[in-house]
Amino acid sequence: MTAISQSKGSHQFGLGTLLLGFLSLLGLVLVVYRWFNGLGVTTGLTDGRGWGLWISFDVFCGIALAAGAFTIAGTVYILRLKEFYPILRPTVLTGFLGYGLAAFAISVDLGFPHRIYYMIYNWNIHSPLFEVGWCVMIYLTVLALELSPIVFERFNMKAPLKFIRSITIPLVIFGVILSTMHQSSLGTLFVLMPHRVHPLWYSSIMPVLFLISAIAAGLGMVIVESTWSFFGMKHKLEVRLLAKIAKVIPFVLGIYAIMRFSDLIIRGDAAFLFAVDKFTFLFWFEIFFGVILPIILFSLPSVRRKPIQMFSTSLLVVFGLILHRLNVSLIAFSAGSYAPTWLEILVTVGMIAIGAFVFTIASRYLPVFSHPHDEEVIKNPAVSSPE
Amino acid sequence: MTINRREFLKTSGVGLAGLFVLPETIHPSSPIGQDGYGILYDANLCIGCRNCESACKNRRDIPAEFEQELDADNWTIIKLYQDQENTQIYSFIKRNCMHCVDPACVSACPVGAMKKTADGPVIYDETICIGCRYCMAACPFDIPKYEWEKVFPRVQKCDMCADRIAEGKDTACVESCKIGALQFGKRSDLLIEAHARIDNDPANYINKVYGENEVGGTSVLIVSKVPAEKLGLPVLSSSSLPSLTWPWMKAVPGVAFVVASLMTFLYWLTGRKLKVEVVEEIKNDSH
Repeated sequence: MTAISQSKGSHQFGLGTLLLGFLSLLGLVLVVYRWFNGLGVTTGLTDGRGWGLWISFDVFCGIALAAGAFTIAGTVYILRLKEFYPILRPTVLTGFLGYGLAAFAISVDLGFPHRIYYMIYNWNIHSPLFEVGWCVMIYLTVLALELSPIVFERFNMKAPLKFIRSITIPLVIFGVILSTMHQSSLGTLFVLMPHRVHPLWYSSIMPVLFLISAIAAGLGMVIVESTWSFFGMKHKLEVRLLAKIAKVIPFVLGIYAIMRFSDLIIRGDAAFLFAVDKFTFLFWFEIFFGVILPIILFSLPSVRRKPIQMFSTSLLVVFGLILHRLNVSLIAFSAGSYAPTWLEILVTVGMIAIGAFVFTIASRYLPVFSHPHDEEVIKNPAVSSPE
Repeated sequence: MTINRREFLKTSGVGLAGLFVLPETIHPSSPIGQDGYGILYDANLCIGCRNCESACKNRRDIPAEFEQELDADNWTIIKLYQDQENTQIYSFIKRNCMHCVDPACVSACPVGAMKKTADGPVIYDETICIGCRYCMAACPFDIPKYEWEKVFPRVQKCDMCADRIAEGKDTACVESCKIGALQFGKRSDLLIEAHARIDNDPANYINKVYGENEVGGTSVLIVSKVPAEKLGLPVLSSSSLPSLTWPWMKAVPGVAFVVASLMTFLYWLTGRKLKVEVVEEIKNDSH
């Protein structure tokens, strides 16, 4: 293994974990309050602004940031780059939590939360949201199955473990298909609204832009969560692996930037790039800190050697994606004025806290971080190197 | 600028998109609703009596109180436009659902709770709505409204009295309009009528029937002496909004197939490469 450092684990819950637990609980209580009192009382939403923080952040950002799961699963099982196995499980766990929380957030935001499953038998194949809904439902199941060996191993259940391993490859391929479909369809969702999205963000190729930016940010999240769990939970840090991921990100972001700018120019909206208003500023702010700066930093070998610098640069990538999704769906989205209420903000904070809390608990009590015997899973006759 | 942009979508945008998904042409506006019923509103004849608002509410047993804006209870509203410099120039404008020929809300709704009927109205099925509010975001006219104060809120908007139309009656608002500013009929007939009014009195009408081409055409048509944008109506291109997303949605099965094939191929390829390496390793070992 490539771990260069491993600190000693502690078996007591730290103050941070307790705080996460408290914020999670607070969020859940407020969710129940919202379900019993309706959206009008609890949110800042109006007729002019039907979508707010929950949709923009919890759903659009949550799903995009969970894209690391399909990318790393594909890398390990389809490209058979076995060396990435140590980060696969935490990544899939993050993905599962991201999708689970996005689905939960949808149920908080829906006017009829108890009808969330209606999509199963009421079809509208014209609706991007219909496709996203279906993909998220199925992909959540796929992620749960991909994740299930962690539980089976913990409780030493041999038969289900064997079964899951036999279907791993089809599952991973299915996961990649589903992710390609819904990550891009989240962009299609906005293609329907040229009257809302500002020209600097509106594009008829938004589906492709959404997919590519999700891959970049998903990879960024892999670095963020690996480093985070090293600091918080004293797991080993795969610096060399993370550096390899960091090396790929500039290419993904580069393709994204080239497509975004050439599309702007072809559409004839390049003039907006040099306008003097808050949208032009927002655009350049997003592009500079979320795209250009990470490309430069990750291209420097010195950055890729230092965990803290990789961590910070990945945070920039993640921040860039969040800003992009917020711009498209909230800030540069022409609709009525809106400010989230404290309840909305605390519910969103609660969602993040639940994610971090469950991740912490799971990595403490379940074999999330690599187990040597897992690696039999990958039938790789060439690599028989003793480690 | 915005119009240019939208017209660009058809050509360059989708053209560029075609490089990444299976090439696809814009799907034609659905023929449904083309010759359904519609309403013609003549702003020049409207005297702002707001009888139509009351009639609309009476039909739904809602107390007739005049409001300023459309909301869950107000499905139609008469507004007054007055020129800021010359107050002699003014016009009323009736706002309500335009009942698009190819409606964005119908295409957006994930469960198909919004439907365009063959008669013309765009109707809402509150029994299957999940409350996602994509219809509200998708509507270029900001029409669907929400019962925010309720625990289980419904989307509310003008349904062009679909039940009355089915009984062979005019809509409640048209019936209530004694002055003739509202006319009910087949959309195609109303278009001819609208153009005739403009042609007969070009001095008092701007030469445009709002709704003839906007977002692919709407079942509600408006003629006026004041340009539509001054009356608060959005400036929209002639391509329907669903025609922007349908090429992408249509490509989904194809993309899924391509990705599936590609992944299977890569899996086979990487497996083969490993086998070759093993064979070479064995060869090397035997030397």
